[in-house]
Amino acid sequence: MAPVLELRGITKRFPGVLANDHIDLTVEKGEIHALLGENGAGKTTLMNILYGLYHPDEGEIFVNGQKLDVHSPIDAIKSGVGMVHQHFMLVPVFTVTENVMLGEEYVKAGGVLDRTKAANKIREISNIYKLDINPDAYISDIPVGMQQRVEIIKLLFREANILIMDEPTAVLTPQEVEELFKIMHTMIEQGKSIIFITHKLGEVMDIADRITVIRGGKVVGSTTPAESDLNDLASMMVGRDVNLEVEKSESVPGEVVFEVENLKVLDSVGALAVNDMSFKVHAGEVLGIAGVQGNGQTELVRAITGLLQAVDGDVRLCGHNITHLSPRKITEIGSAHIPEDRQKDGLVLGFPITDNLVLNTYYLEPNSKSIWMDQKSINENGKKLVESFDIRTPSPFVPARNLSGGNQQKVIVAREFSRPIKFLVASQPTRGLDVGSIEFIHKRLIEKRDDGCAILLVSTELDEIMQLSDRIAVVYRGKLLDILDAKNATKEIVGLLMAGIIPSEEEKQKLLAKKKQILIT
Amino acid sequence: MTTTTDAQIGQKSQGILKLERRRRITMGILFLAAAVFIWLVFATDVEPGVETRFMMNPGGGSAEAADWVFPSLLYLNMIAGILSLLGAFQIIRGFGKYTYGVLALVAILFIFGFLTWATAGGQTNLAGLLRVMVVRAVPLTLGAMSGILCERGGIINIAIEGMMLTSAFISTVFASLFNSLIVGLLAGIIAGGLMGLIHGWLSIKYKVNQIISGTVINIFATGITSYLSSRYIQKVEFQYLNEPGMFPQINVPVLSKIPFIGPILFSHNMYVFAMFFFVILLTFMLFKTRWGLRLRSVGEHPKAADTLGINVHRTQYMAVILGGMMAGFGGTYFSLGSSGRFDEVMTAGRGFIGLAAMIFGNWHPVGSMGAGLLFGFFDSLSAKASLLQVPIPSEFIGMAPYLATIIVLAGVIGRGHAPAAEGEPYEKE
Repeated sequence: MAPVLELRGITKRFPGVLANDHIDLTVEKGEIHALLGENGAGKTTLMNILYGLYHPDEGEIFVNGQKLDVHSPIDAIKSGVGMVHQHFMLVPVFTVTENVMLGEEYVKAGGVLDRTKAANKIREISNIYKLDINPDAYISDIPVGMQQRVEIIKLLFREANILIMDEPTAVLTPQEVEELFKIMHTMIEQGKSIIFITHKLGEVMDIADRITVIRGGKVVGSTTPAESDLNDLASMMVGRDVNLEVEKSESVPGEVVFEVENLKVLDSVGALAVNDMSFKVHAGEVLGIAGVQGNGQTELVRAITGLLQAVDGDVRLCGHNITHLSPRKITEIGSAHIPEDRQKDGLVLGFPITDNLVLNTYYLEPNSKSIWMDQKSINENGKKLVESFDIRTPSPFVPARNLSGGNQQKVIVAREFSRPIKFLVASQPTRGLDVGSIEFIHKRLIEKRDDGCAILLVSTELDEIMQLSDRIAVVYRGKLLDILDAKNATKEIVGLLMAGIIPSEEEKQKLLAKKKQILIT
Repeated sequence: MTTTTDAQIGQKSQGILKLERRRRITMGILFLAAAVFIWLVFATDVEPGVETRFMMNPGGGSAEAADWVFPSLLYLNMIAGILSLLGAFQIIRGFGKYTYGVLALVAILFIFGFLTWATAGGQTNLAGLLRVMVVRAVPLTLGAMSGILCERGGIINIAIEGMMLTSAFISTVFASLFNSLIVGLLAGIIAGGLMGLIHGWLSIKYKVNQIISGTVINIFATGITSYLSSRYIQKVEFQYLNEPGMFPQINVPVLSKIPFIGPILFSHNMYVFAMFFFVILLTFMLFKTRWGLRLRSVGEHPKAADTLGINVHRTQYMAVILGGMMAGFGGTYFSLGSSGRFDEVMTAGRGFIGLAAMIFGNWHPVGSMGAGLLFGFFDSLSAKASLLQVPIPSEFIGMAPYLATIIVLAGVIGRGHAPAAEGEPYEKE
């Protein structure tokens, strides 16, 4: 029997980049096929070609042995290919039913929507696959995990047989990931095939039947979880041996540098995003803030860096009350900030690297004298930092826009670390970066910690939190549920907290014992 | 782990509840403020025993409906009493999904209080006031619906004014030339549709900033119609091009005979009836049909629509062309429905006010008509203000609805929801 899906020699060029270079891929019926690769390896491009959003420059696609010409998503949908996009394609002000049937509406005479019939079909699908969805709920009212299940229903509603899932676990708690894997297994049992795109090695080992690894737009190998291990996969994905663990010594915490007390912050629509948080960060330690995206982390960081006014509570840095100070004052006291959105809040993309490197010191000696900027000094500073932070660029004078994500992040790190600081807020410091840049930034963060800097690390990547933190605080719906010592934390414990469930002491001990057991064996 | 999801929903709705509570209380305070205002400003100014007389026939005679005469102070106190009860209930319990309906009721009561005060010891033609309100609401509501059609598809249309003006001109010339109102009407609608197409070309194909594109169309329309008007159709030798005639008044059988209501609602030319028809039709089309679902999805999340196989650009072209035709139809009201000729810049900003009505009405046809009627009422009132015994210049009364718009837009009542993707050109790759 012909495979469900076969891609032959798919090639796609973007200006200056070969995104896909003669990629071959075969998916058999009833398998979960993992497409593993780093950010920017070309996985999403390939799937967008399959889904008809991009047109390949070369190559052919076969579904069930039939050659397929995809010019638009309609062609893909008709041939039974469906995609759960990394950024959900849902209209927030529509109900589940409206989102699911959009483009494939159930109508009565005259084009009048038949919502009841569609809702019944959704309930039916929801029961078969145990998705637990209320068709009448509005998307904006339901949690992210449920939104993802709505995306899945959209595909099942269209009777897709090949489901592409693009980084589906990025927005989920560990428990929600388990739920998702169960749903994926149910779908396989019902005869569907799944292409699972990810850069997370552990998940691939857990769920995939077969694994295809892509690097730099090329297929570099194909394997199964049984035939390989994490280190093999990592080196295949990155192209060299990778150390998955971050090397760091025991922390030596000093006095309290930074303190938040009963902080309350509102979000843009006036809802309480940070609800009565209190914590301390000592010199020489990393406090990790774990939590699923959108649980108040953004507002917390904006409030402590002076970008958002808190409505109640205090923030203290080195003995100063900085709650209502301007960002510049806070910076001058000795705080540094690696923002969540590096392109929007971290850099002026149109400015050259040299200017981006002095965005917080341009008005000080030696970069400025009275009202005049000293371009020579700024350029010198730029050249020096480009070299010492290994920023890969043809020249320090090109606009920041032209750099890759990893190098953009290095510019920010270089800028923030180039002056004496006592406290650092790092928000999603490695999001979307390649493994090399991640290693680099993790190393620099630990170095800074060992220099005696207090570090607040905010990340939605649980692995990153576990690797770097000395203590772990978990936020859920704006509340700080618990602060754990890294020694007493496991992924399971933190995962439960991230889902808003506070485990009892007993449960904690049990989970912790399990971890130790694994370490011994 | 179903407990997780339930807990999350519970938590989430708690946050929303807090927000709703704040909105509820703000709204209640607004109601109470209206009550206090009536007591402090209106009631203290009225002597006991003074009467208010409302005439209930637009014509002024008292053949069909008797005048409505009542003691001013008693009614003012009653209105303020009802308002404070509504306010108290709103603060304590809230009206839930009826809040906006109650808000409309409060607005009507407050205006009624104002009229009672302004008329105390004299008389006002209430029926005439309301009849003019309905008429004045027509171009505003039609303009608002043009805006709704475009913006629900994600294209901002501030060119309604220009489209209306052009259509008013074209319809005048065509109706005069062919001596046919229908030809004029169709020509006006087509002209509006063509301008919509131009707006679409600029903003969809060439991705010109939609505000700029709309402004260009407005300036162009003002310039060209003013030129053609002063150069040709206002001149005596071209007078035959500026005599289009007017749609006649239609008295709906039976309904127009109802006292008070009949002359206000059922005795107009076809534009008033068309307004009601289009409001109902568009509401139905937007929220009950496949067409509407797709249009709204394009305005909210074009990428999502695209991934489901909906042609975003085609939908947007359709939206701007239909929106242009709606503005074109509204434009013919000025020439064929109101004055029977074309004058320079005769739309006088009504297109822009239609846009305000659209925003005030939260991008919903019914809400927009409500806003159109409110604006129309103040328009009508300011025209009559000189007849009222109040020490307020008519210009200030004319300003009132726009002050109200600013307050609403500033978020006292809660921000409306504009289509999320409006103003952003959609690019596929």
